[in-house]
Amino acid sequence: MRDFELFELTSNPLDVSELAGSLSDSHAGAFVSFEGRVRDTNDSRAVIGLEYEAYPALCLAEGTTIVREALEGVIAARCVHRIGRLAVGDVGVWVGVIAGHREEAFRAGRFIIDEVKLRVPIWKKEHYRDGSSAWIGLSDQRAAGRSPSQTIESSRS
Amino acid sequence: MAAGKALRMQYYAAFREAVGRSEEELSSAAATAAELYDEVALRHGFSFDRSILRVVVNHVIVPWTAEVHDGDTVVFLAPFAGG
Repeated sequence: MRDFELFELTSNPLDVSELAGSLSDSHAGAFVSFEGRVRDTNDSRAVIGLEYEAYPALCLAEGTTIVREALEGVIAARCVHRIGRLAVGDVGVWVGVIAGHREEAFRAGRFIIDEVKLRVPIWKKEHYRDGSSAWIGLSDQRAAGRSPSQTIESSRS
Repeated sequence: MAAGKALRMQYYAAFREAVGRSEEELSSAAATAAELYDEVALRHGFSFDRSILRVVVNHVIVPWTAEVHDGDTVVFLAPFAGG
């Protein structure tokens, strides 16, 4: 009986060795993990940090569905996503899979991170070195004439 | 004139910032989710392109043509950016 949820949100820093240790089974010949980390640049802008915001009810339902879909052919899998403020280098998302063999473990891990990015309602606001910030993926039509950026620009007060 | 529908709006991320709060109750005459979006966008002065957005009614993603009813909870979804 596993003692973790298939998909979780947390505002606490991710302890990746503790997460890895939670996936343990004598039948597992392969453990694959993925860490998504905060990068210091995006679209050639200097990033100093970001914040993730989730729609919790839908996020947990969809995230759990994704990990469950990935369980076919593997022993166990889990995914944890950060919310709140993160600094450059912090781990934003962690995926871990154990399986009998590496092929299934890689496949399931890849599936989980790809589907989480597509299907889980989490949004990201980047904070830039120049003091501005922007929600990724959404542009306000009113700003379109003023800025070539794909994102909403707002000054940080 | 018929009374408006009482709707509970929940706002996340860019919508939360544009509106200035994470939820509100409003009375609307909108028949569909699309009409409601136009009404709320006008009221709060944002103009995100609806074609890249999705809408959730009572915790289920529905088409923009879906009807909204008295007592519904509605959430607008910007493109996801997790991971």
